[in-house]
Amino acid sequence: MLAWFLDPTHWSGPDGVPVLLVQHLTYSILALLIASLIAMPIGLYVGHTRKGVVVIAGLANALRSLPSLGLIVLLVILFGPVFASDLAFIVPSLIVLVLLAVPPIMTGTYAGIAAVDPAAVDAARGMGHRPLGILFGVELPCALPLIFSGLRGATLQIVSTATIAAYVSLGGLGRLIIDGRAQNDYYQMAAGAVLVGLLALGVDLLIGIVSRLSVSPGLTRRIVRARS
Amino acid sequence: MKFDWLWRESGRIADLFLWHLGLSVLPVLIGLLLALPLGWLAQRSGLFRSTFLGAAGLLYTIPSLALFVLLPLVLGTRILDPLNVVVALTIYALALLVRTVSDGLDSVSPDVLQAASAMGYRRLPRLLFVELPLAVPVIAAGLRVAVVSNVSIVSVAALVGTPQLGLLFTQGLQLRFLTPIIAGIVLCLLLAALLDALVLLVAHRLTPWQPKGR
Repeated sequence: MLAWFLDPTHWSGPDGVPVLLVQHLTYSILALLIASLIAMPIGLYVGHTRKGVVVIAGLANALRSLPSLGLIVLLVILFGPVFASDLAFIVPSLIVLVLLAVPPIMTGTYAGIAAVDPAAVDAARGMGHRPLGILFGVELPCALPLIFSGLRGATLQIVSTATIAAYVSLGGLGRLIIDGRAQNDYYQMAAGAVLVGLLALGVDLLIGIVSRLSVSPGLTRRIVRARS
Repeated sequence: MKFDWLWRESGRIADLFLWHLGLSVLPVLIGLLLALPLGWLAQRSGLFRSTFLGAAGLLYTIPSLALFVLLPLVLGTRILDPLNVVVALTIYALALLVRTVSDGLDSVSPDVLQAASAMGYRRLPRLLFVELPLAVPVIAAGLRVAVVSNVSIVSVAALVGTPQLGLLFTQGLQLRFLTPIIAGIVLCLLLAALLDALVLLVAHRLTPWQPKGR
Protein backbone atom coordinates (compact mmCIF):
# COMPACT_ATOMS: atom_id res chain seq x y z
CA MET A 1 0.00 0.00 0.00
CA LEU A 2 2.95 2.27 0.68
CA ALA A 3 3.88 1.80 -2.95
CA TRP A 4 0.48 3.13 -3.93
CA PHE A 5 1.03 6.27 -1.90
CA LEU A 6 4.54 6.76 -3.29
CA ASP A 7 3.43 6.47 -6.91
CA PRO A 8 3.40 10.05 -8.22
CA THR A 9 0.69 9.28 -10.82
CA HIS A 10 -1.80 8.91 -7.95
CA TRP A 11 -1.15 12.46 -6.82
CA SER A 12 -1.78 14.38 -10.03
CA GLY A 13 -4.37 14.67 -12.76
CA PRO A 14 -8.18 14.82 -12.54
CA ASP A 15 -8.32 11.57 -10.49
CA GLY A 16 -5.39 12.46 -8.25
CA VAL A 17 -5.65 12.52 -4.48
CA PRO A 18 -5.54 16.35 -4.17
CA VAL A 19 -8.45 16.80 -6.60
CA LEU A 20 -10.53 14.12 -4.86
CA LEU A 21 -9.73 15.63 -1.47
CA VAL A 22 -10.84 19.08 -2.58
CA GLN A 23 -14.05 17.59 -4.02
CA HIS A 24 -14.76 15.72 -0.81
CA LEU A 25 -14.20 18.85 1.26
CA THR A 26 -16.27 21.04 -1.08
CA TYR A 27 -19.33 18.78 -0.92
CA SER A 28 -18.92 18.33 2.82
CA ILE A 29 -18.61 22.04 3.61
CA LEU A 30 -21.50 22.90 1.30
CA ALA A 31 -23.73 20.29 2.96
CA LEU A 32 -22.70 21.42 6.44
CA LEU A 33 -23.49 25.05 5.58
CA ILE A 34 -26.93 24.27 4.17
CA ALA A 35 -27.73 21.94 7.07
CA SER A 36 -26.67 24.57 9.62
CA LEU A 37 -28.76 27.24 7.91
CA ILE A 38 -31.80 24.97 8.22
CA ALA A 39 -31.15 23.34 11.58
CA MET A 40 -29.79 26.16 13.74
CA PRO A 41 -32.75 28.56 13.49
CA ILE A 42 -35.11 25.67 14.26
CA GLY A 43 -32.94 24.54 17.17
CA LEU A 44 -32.73 28.09 18.51
CA TYR A 45 -36.48 28.55 18.21
CA VAL A 46 -37.36 25.24 19.84
CA GLY A 47 -34.77 25.70 22.59
CA HIS A 48 -35.91 29.24 23.32
CA THR A 49 -39.65 28.62 23.26
CA ARG A 50 -39.67 24.87 24.16
CA LYS A 51 -42.24 24.37 21.42
CA GLY A 52 -42.00 21.29 19.21
CA VAL A 53 -39.49 19.33 21.32
CA VAL A 54 -41.31 16.05 20.69
CA VAL A 55 -41.36 16.65 16.94
CA ILE A 56 -37.64 17.26 16.54
CA ALA A 57 -36.71 14.38 18.87
CA GLY A 58 -38.97 12.03 16.90
CA LEU A 59 -37.58 13.29 13.61
CA ALA A 60 -33.99 12.75 14.75
CA ASN A 61 -34.78 9.18 15.81
CA ALA A 62 -36.65 8.32 12.65
CA LEU A 63 -33.85 9.61 10.43
CA ARG A 64 -31.28 7.51 12.24
CA SER A 65 -32.69 4.28 10.85
CA LEU A 66 -33.00 5.56 7.29
CA PRO A 67 -30.45 3.70 5.13
CA SER A 68 -28.44 6.51 3.52
CA LEU A 69 -27.26 4.38 0.61
CA GLY A 70 -30.81 3.45 -0.28
CA LEU A 71 -31.95 7.05 -0.10
CA ILE A 72 -29.13 8.30 -2.36
CA VAL A 73 -29.80 5.60 -4.94
CA LEU A 74 -33.53 6.30 -4.83
CA LEU A 75 -33.08 10.03 -5.37
CA VAL A 76 -30.55 9.52 -8.14
CA ILE A 77 -33.00 7.41 -10.12
CA LEU A 78 -35.89 9.78 -9.44
CA PHE A 79 -33.90 12.94 -10.25
CA GLY A 80 -31.84 11.45 -13.06
CA PRO A 81 -34.19 12.46 -15.86
CA VAL A 82 -34.92 15.89 -14.29
CA PHE A 83 -31.41 17.32 -14.20
CA ALA A 84 -28.88 17.47 -16.95
CA SER A 85 -25.21 16.50 -16.58
CA ASP A 86 -23.49 16.18 -13.22
CA LEU A 87 -26.33 17.75 -11.26
CA ALA A 88 -28.22 14.46 -11.66
CA PHE A 89 -26.12 12.89 -8.92
CA ILE A 90 -24.78 15.99 -7.12
CA VAL A 91 -28.22 17.28 -6.12
CA PRO A 92 -29.50 13.93 -4.74
CA SER A 93 -26.24 13.38 -2.85
CA LEU A 94 -26.36 16.86 -1.34
CA ILE A 95 -29.99 16.41 -0.31
CA VAL A 96 -29.13 13.20 1.54
CA LEU A 97 -26.04 14.73 3.16
CA VAL A 98 -28.09 17.69 4.38
CA LEU A 99 -30.89 15.42 5.57
CA LEU A 100 -28.48 13.38 7.67
CA ALA A 101 -26.71 16.44 9.08
CA VAL A 102 -29.81 18.39 10.11
CA PRO A 103 -30.91 16.22 13.10
CA PRO A 104 -27.61 16.31 15.06
CA ILE A 105 -27.23 20.08 14.57
CA MET A 106 -30.87 20.69 15.44
CA THR A 107 -30.85 18.58 18.60
CA GLY A 108 -27.45 19.93 19.64
CA THR A 109 -28.63 23.53 19.30
CA TYR A 110 -31.91 22.79 21.02
CA ALA A 111 -30.29 20.90 23.90
CA GLY A 112 -27.67 23.59 24.30
CA ILE A 113 -30.20 26.41 24.54
CA ALA A 114 -32.52 24.40 26.78
CA ALA A 115 -29.69 23.58 29.20
CA VAL A 116 -28.63 27.21 29.79
CA ASP A 117 -28.78 28.08 33.47
CA PRO A 118 -32.08 29.95 34.00
CA ALA A 119 -30.31 32.18 36.55
CA ALA A 120 -28.07 33.52 33.78
CA VAL A 121 -31.11 34.27 31.61
CA ASP A 122 -32.89 35.97 34.51
CA ALA A 123 -29.81 38.03 35.31
CA ALA A 124 -29.60 39.19 31.68
CA ARG A 125 -33.29 40.08 31.71
CA GLY A 126 -32.78 41.97 34.97
CA MET A 127 -29.97 43.94 33.33
CA GLY A 128 -32.43 45.09 30.69
CA HIS A 129 -31.54 42.81 27.77
CA ARG A 130 -34.29 42.35 25.21
CA PRO A 131 -35.41 38.81 24.19
CA LEU A 132 -33.24 38.75 21.05
CA GLY A 133 -30.34 40.18 23.05
CA ILE A 134 -30.75 37.40 25.58
CA LEU A 135 -30.89 34.78 22.83
CA PHE A 136 -27.75 35.93 20.99
CA GLY A 137 -25.84 37.50 23.86
CA VAL A 138 -26.43 34.97 26.61
CA GLU A 139 -28.14 31.75 25.54
CA LEU A 140 -26.22 31.19 22.30
CA PRO A 141 -22.73 31.62 23.82
CA CYS A 142 -23.69 29.40 26.76
CA ALA A 143 -25.03 26.76 24.37
CA LEU A 144 -21.90 26.70 22.18
CA PRO A 145 -20.35 23.51 23.64
CA LEU A 146 -23.44 21.44 22.81
CA ILE A 147 -23.90 23.19 19.46
CA PHE A 148 -20.34 22.23 18.56
CA SER A 149 -20.91 18.64 19.59
CA GLY A 150 -23.94 18.59 17.29
CA LEU A 151 -21.87 20.09 14.46
CA ARG A 152 -19.23 17.47 15.10
CA GLY A 153 -21.69 14.61 14.82
CA ALA A 154 -23.13 16.15 11.67
CA THR A 155 -19.71 16.58 10.07
CA LEU A 156 -18.77 12.96 10.72
CA GLN A 157 -22.05 11.84 9.16
CA ILE A 158 -21.40 14.04 6.13
CA VAL A 159 -17.81 12.95 5.54
CA SER A 160 -18.83 9.32 5.96
CA THR A 161 -21.86 9.54 3.68
CA ALA A 162 -19.99 11.57 1.05
CA THR A 163 -17.70 8.53 0.81
CA ILE A 164 -20.69 6.34 0.07
CA ALA A 165 -22.05 8.84 -2.46
CA ALA A 166 -19.03 8.12 -4.66
CA TYR A 167 -21.01 5.03 -5.66
CA VAL A 168 -23.43 7.20 -7.63
CA SER A 169 -20.49 8.96 -9.36
CA LEU A 170 -20.10 11.80 -6.87
CA GLY A 171 -16.41 12.71 -6.69
CA GLY A 172 -14.35 12.68 -3.53
CA LEU A 173 -12.12 10.17 -1.83
CA GLY A 174 -14.83 7.50 -1.91
CA ARG A 175 -14.01 7.18 -5.63
CA LEU A 176 -10.78 5.36 -4.76
CA ILE A 177 -12.70 2.76 -2.75
CA ILE A 178 -15.51 2.31 -5.29
CA ASP A 179 -13.24 2.27 -8.35
CA GLY A 180 -10.78 0.02 -6.56
CA ARG A 181 -13.60 -2.42 -5.85
CA ALA A 182 -14.69 -2.34 -9.50
CA GLN A 183 -11.14 -2.96 -10.72
CA ASN A 184 -10.33 -5.50 -8.01
CA ASP A 185 -7.47 -3.28 -6.87
CA TYR A 186 -7.39 -3.81 -3.13
CA TYR A 187 -4.46 -1.46 -2.55
CA GLN A 188 -6.30 1.44 -4.10
CA MET A 189 -9.34 0.65 -1.91
CA ALA A 190 -7.19 0.47 1.21
CA ALA A 191 -5.41 3.71 0.30
CA GLY A 192 -8.79 5.39 -0.18
CA ALA A 193 -9.99 4.05 3.16
CA VAL A 194 -6.89 5.34 4.93
CA LEU A 195 -7.30 8.77 3.33
CA VAL A 196 -10.99 8.92 4.24
CA GLY A 197 -10.19 7.90 7.81
CA LEU A 198 -7.46 10.53 8.06
CA LEU A 199 -9.78 13.17 6.60
CA ALA A 200 -12.47 12.34 9.16
CA LEU A 201 -9.99 12.44 12.04
CA GLY A 202 -8.50 15.71 10.77
CA VAL A 203 -11.87 17.40 10.38
CA ASP A 204 -12.91 16.14 13.82
CA LEU A 205 -9.72 17.57 15.32
CA LEU A 206 -10.28 20.89 13.55
CA ILE A 207 -13.80 21.22 14.96
CA GLY A 208 -12.43 20.39 18.40
CA ILE A 209 -9.88 23.21 18.10
CA VAL A 210 -12.41 25.74 16.78
CA SER A 211 -14.80 24.85 19.59
CA ARG A 212 -12.03 25.23 22.17
CA LEU A 213 -11.14 28.66 20.81
CA SER A 214 -14.68 29.98 20.50
CA VAL A 215 -16.30 28.70 23.68
CA SER A 216 -16.04 31.29 26.43
CA PRO A 217 -13.42 30.22 29.01
CA GLY A 218 -15.97 30.96 31.73
CA LEU A 219 -18.03 27.98 30.55
CA THR A 220 -15.21 25.48 30.70
CA ARG A 221 -13.35 24.63 33.85
CA ARG A 222 -10.08 25.79 32.34
CA ILE A 223 -9.82 29.06 34.29
CA VAL A 224 -10.65 27.42 37.58
CA ARG A 225 -8.12 24.71 36.93
CA ALA A 226 -5.45 27.23 36.03
CA ARG A 227 -6.04 29.17 39.22
CA SER A 228 -5.98 26.26 41.63
CA MET B 1 -43.74 -0.81 -7.76
CA LYS B 2 -43.59 -4.09 -9.65
CA PHE B 3 -45.12 -6.55 -7.22
CA ASP B 4 -44.67 -9.54 -9.50
CA TRP B 5 -40.90 -8.89 -9.37
CA LEU B 6 -41.04 -8.78 -5.57
CA TRP B 7 -42.98 -12.06 -5.55
CA ARG B 8 -40.52 -13.76 -7.89
CA GLU B 9 -37.55 -12.54 -5.85
CA SER B 10 -39.15 -13.06 -2.44
CA GLY B 11 -36.92 -16.02 -1.58
CA ARG B 12 -33.72 -14.07 -2.20
CA ILE B 13 -35.09 -10.98 -0.44
CA ALA B 14 -35.95 -13.09 2.62
CA ASP B 15 -32.37 -14.42 2.57
CA LEU B 16 -30.96 -10.90 2.41
CA PHE B 17 -33.31 -9.82 5.22
CA LEU B 18 -32.04 -12.63 7.47
CA TRP B 19 -28.42 -11.67 6.68
CA HIS B 20 -29.24 -8.06 7.49
CA LEU B 21 -30.87 -9.11 10.76
CA GLY B 22 -27.86 -11.17 11.78
CA LEU B 23 -25.32 -8.53 10.78
CA SER B 24 -27.24 -5.87 12.76
CA VAL B 25 -27.91 -7.88 15.92
CA LEU B 26 -24.78 -9.97 16.37
CA PRO B 27 -22.38 -7.00 16.70
CA VAL B 28 -24.62 -5.33 19.28
CA LEU B 29 -24.81 -8.52 21.36
CA ILE B 30 -21.03 -9.04 21.25
CA GLY B 31 -20.52 -5.33 21.89
CA LEU B 32 -22.81 -5.46 24.93
CA LEU B 33 -21.08 -8.54 26.35
CA LEU B 34 -17.70 -6.79 26.06
CA ALA B 35 -19.07 -3.44 27.19
CA LEU B 36 -20.46 -4.70 30.50
CA PRO B 37 -17.09 -5.45 32.13
CA LEU B 38 -15.33 -2.57 30.33
CA GLY B 39 -18.07 -0.12 31.25
CA TRP B 40 -17.86 -1.24 34.86
CA LEU B 41 -14.10 -0.70 34.75
CA ALA B 42 -14.60 2.71 33.14
CA GLN B 43 -17.09 3.74 35.80
CA ARG B 44 -14.64 2.85 38.57
CA SER B 45 -11.48 4.31 37.10
CA GLY B 46 -11.36 7.83 35.73
CA LEU B 47 -8.10 7.23 33.89
CA PHE B 48 -9.35 4.14 32.06
CA ARG B 49 -12.58 5.95 31.29
CA SER B 50 -10.91 8.95 29.69
CA THR B 51 -8.36 6.91 27.70
CA PHE B 52 -10.90 4.34 26.57
CA LEU B 53 -13.53 6.90 25.61
CA GLY B 54 -10.86 8.91 23.80
CA ALA B 55 -9.73 5.88 21.80
CA ALA B 56 -13.32 4.79 21.17
CA GLY B 57 -14.23 8.25 19.94
CA LEU B 58 -11.32 8.11 17.53
CA LEU B 59 -12.44 4.74 16.12
CA TYR B 60 -16.03 5.93 15.96
CA THR B 61 -14.86 8.82 13.77
CA ILE B 62 -13.69 6.53 10.95
CA PRO B 63 -16.38 6.17 8.27
CA SER B 64 -17.90 2.70 8.09
CA LEU B 65 -16.98 2.09 4.45
CA ALA B 66 -13.32 2.80 5.28
CA LEU B 67 -13.47 0.39 8.21
CA PHE B 68 -15.03 -2.36 6.05
CA VAL B 69 -12.19 -1.94 3.57
CA LEU B 70 -9.36 -1.71 6.09
CA LEU B 71 -10.33 -4.59 8.40
CA PRO B 72 -9.28 -7.36 5.97
CA LEU B 73 -5.79 -5.87 6.18
CA VAL B 74 -5.84 -6.18 9.98
CA LEU B 75 -7.74 -9.47 10.32
CA GLY B 76 -6.30 -11.25 7.29
CA THR B 77 -9.83 -11.97 6.00
CA ARG B 78 -11.07 -11.63 2.44
CA ILE B 79 -12.84 -8.41 1.46
CA LEU B 80 -16.19 -10.21 1.00
CA ASP B 81 -16.05 -11.92 4.38
CA PRO B 82 -19.08 -10.89 6.50
CA LEU B 83 -16.73 -11.11 9.49
CA ASN B 84 -15.34 -7.69 8.49
CA VAL B 85 -18.78 -6.16 8.86
CA VAL B 86 -19.39 -7.90 12.19
CA VAL B 87 -16.05 -6.71 13.59
CA ALA B 88 -16.50 -3.14 12.31
CA LEU B 89 -19.98 -2.84 13.76
CA THR B 90 -18.88 -4.46 17.02
CA ILE B 91 -16.26 -1.74 17.32
CA TYR B 92 -18.91 0.95 16.81
CA ALA B 93 -21.31 -0.73 19.24
CA LEU B 94 -18.58 -1.18 21.83
CA ALA B 95 -17.51 2.45 21.56
CA LEU B 96 -21.09 3.53 22.19
CA LEU B 97 -22.02 0.97 24.84
CA VAL B 98 -19.02 1.29 27.16
CA ARG B 99 -20.01 4.89 27.74
CA THR B 100 -23.65 3.85 28.14
CA VAL B 101 -22.89 1.10 30.66
CA SER B 102 -20.68 3.37 32.72
CA ASP B 103 -23.31 6.15 32.61
CA GLY B 104 -25.94 3.60 33.61
CA LEU B 105 -23.93 2.42 36.61
CA ASP B 106 -23.30 6.07 37.48
CA SER B 107 -27.04 6.69 37.52
CA VAL B 108 -27.57 4.32 40.46
CA SER B 109 -28.07 6.37 43.60
CA PRO B 110 -25.39 6.01 46.30
CA ASP B 111 -28.13 5.56 48.90
CA VAL B 112 -29.28 2.40 47.14
CA LEU B 113 -25.71 1.08 47.08
CA GLN B 114 -25.30 1.76 50.80
CA ALA B 115 -28.61 0.09 51.54
CA ALA B 116 -27.56 -2.97 49.52
CA SER B 117 -24.22 -3.15 51.29
CA ALA B 118 -25.98 -2.81 54.64
CA MET B 119 -28.22 -5.75 53.69
CA GLY B 120 -25.09 -7.84 53.30
CA TYR B 121 -24.55 -7.77 49.53
CA ARG B 122 -20.91 -8.33 48.68
CA ARG B 123 -19.33 -6.50 45.78
CA LEU B 124 -20.06 -8.94 42.93
CA PRO B 125 -23.64 -9.86 43.91
CA ARG B 126 -24.33 -6.18 44.52
CA LEU B 127 -23.10 -5.38 41.00
CA LEU B 128 -25.11 -8.19 39.39
CA PHE B 129 -28.35 -8.00 41.37
CA VAL B 130 -28.60 -4.33 42.35
CA GLU B 131 -26.48 -2.04 40.17
CA LEU B 132 -26.95 -3.68 36.77
CA PRO B 133 -30.74 -4.06 37.00
CA LEU B 134 -31.03 -0.42 38.05
CA ALA B 135 -28.80 0.60 35.15
CA VAL B 136 -31.02 -1.20 32.61
CA PRO B 137 -33.03 1.88 31.46
CA VAL B 138 -29.87 3.84 30.58
CA ILE B 139 -28.21 0.82 28.95
CA ALA B 140 -31.38 0.10 26.97
CA ALA B 141 -31.40 3.67 25.66
CA GLY B 142 -27.84 3.15 24.35
CA LEU B 143 -28.77 -0.25 22.89
CA ARG B 144 -31.64 1.31 20.96
CA VAL B 145 -29.30 3.83 19.35
CA ALA B 146 -26.73 1.12 18.58
CA VAL B 147 -29.18 -1.34 17.06
CA VAL B 148 -31.07 1.23 14.97
CA SER B 149 -27.97 2.89 13.54
CA ASN B 150 -26.49 -0.55 12.84
CA VAL B 151 -29.39 -1.43 10.57
CA SER B 152 -28.58 1.66 8.52
CA ILE B 153 -24.80 1.13 8.50
CA VAL B 154 -25.05 -2.56 7.51
CA SER B 155 -26.56 -1.57 4.16
CA VAL B 156 -23.34 0.32 3.33
CA ALA B 157 -21.54 -3.03 3.25
CA ALA B 158 -23.28 -3.65 -0.09
CA LEU B 159 -20.56 -1.46 -1.63
CA VAL B 160 -17.97 -4.12 -0.80
CA GLY B 161 -20.40 -6.91 -1.70
CA THR B 162 -21.43 -8.48 1.62
CA PRO B 163 -24.90 -10.03 1.34
CA GLN B 164 -27.70 -8.03 3.05
CA LEU B 165 -30.55 -5.71 2.04
CA GLY B 166 -28.12 -3.08 0.73
CA LEU B 167 -27.59 -5.30 -2.31
CA LEU B 168 -31.13 -4.34 -3.37
CA PHE B 169 -29.94 -0.72 -3.59
CA THR B 170 -26.92 -1.48 -5.77
CA GLN B 171 -29.02 -3.80 -7.92
CA GLY B 172 -31.70 -1.13 -8.29
CA LEU B 173 -29.18 1.47 -9.44
CA GLN B 174 -27.58 -0.88 -11.94
CA LEU B 175 -30.95 -1.80 -13.43
CA ARG B 176 -32.40 1.72 -13.03
CA PHE B 177 -35.27 -0.06 -11.33
CA LEU B 178 -37.07 1.48 -8.34
CA THR B 179 -38.83 -1.59 -6.93
CA PRO B 180 -35.85 -3.23 -5.19
CA ILE B 181 -34.71 0.14 -3.81
CA ILE B 182 -38.06 0.95 -2.25
CA ALA B 183 -38.41 -2.61 -0.96
CA GLY B 184 -34.92 -2.38 0.58
CA ILE B 185 -35.63 0.95 2.29
CA VAL B 186 -38.98 -0.24 3.65
CA LEU B 187 -37.49 -3.49 4.94
CA CYS B 188 -34.60 -1.59 6.60
CA LEU B 189 -37.02 0.77 8.34
CA LEU B 190 -39.20 -2.18 9.35
CA LEU B 191 -36.24 -4.08 10.75
CA ALA B 192 -35.05 -1.05 12.69
CA ALA B 193 -38.51 -0.47 14.17
CA LEU B 194 -38.81 -4.16 15.04
CA LEU B 195 -35.44 -4.34 16.79
CA ASP B 196 -36.10 -1.05 18.58
CA ALA B 197 -39.42 -2.39 19.88
CA LEU B 198 -37.70 -5.62 20.95
CA VAL B 199 -35.10 -3.73 23.02
CA LEU B 200 -37.88 -1.67 24.60
CA LEU B 201 -39.88 -4.80 25.41
CA VAL B 202 -36.95 -6.63 26.98
CA ALA B 203 -35.96 -3.56 28.98
CA HIS B 204 -39.53 -3.21 30.14
CA ARG B 205 -39.63 -6.84 31.26
CA LEU B 206 -36.36 -6.43 33.13
CA THR B 207 -37.53 -3.33 35.02
CA PRO B 208 -41.04 -4.08 36.30
CA TRP B 209 -40.74 -1.22 38.82
CA GLN B 210 -40.55 1.41 36.08
CA PRO B 211 -43.73 3.43 35.42
CA LYS B 212 -45.69 2.14 32.44
CA GLY B 213 -45.91 3.86 29.09
CA ARG B 214 -42.26 4.72 28.52
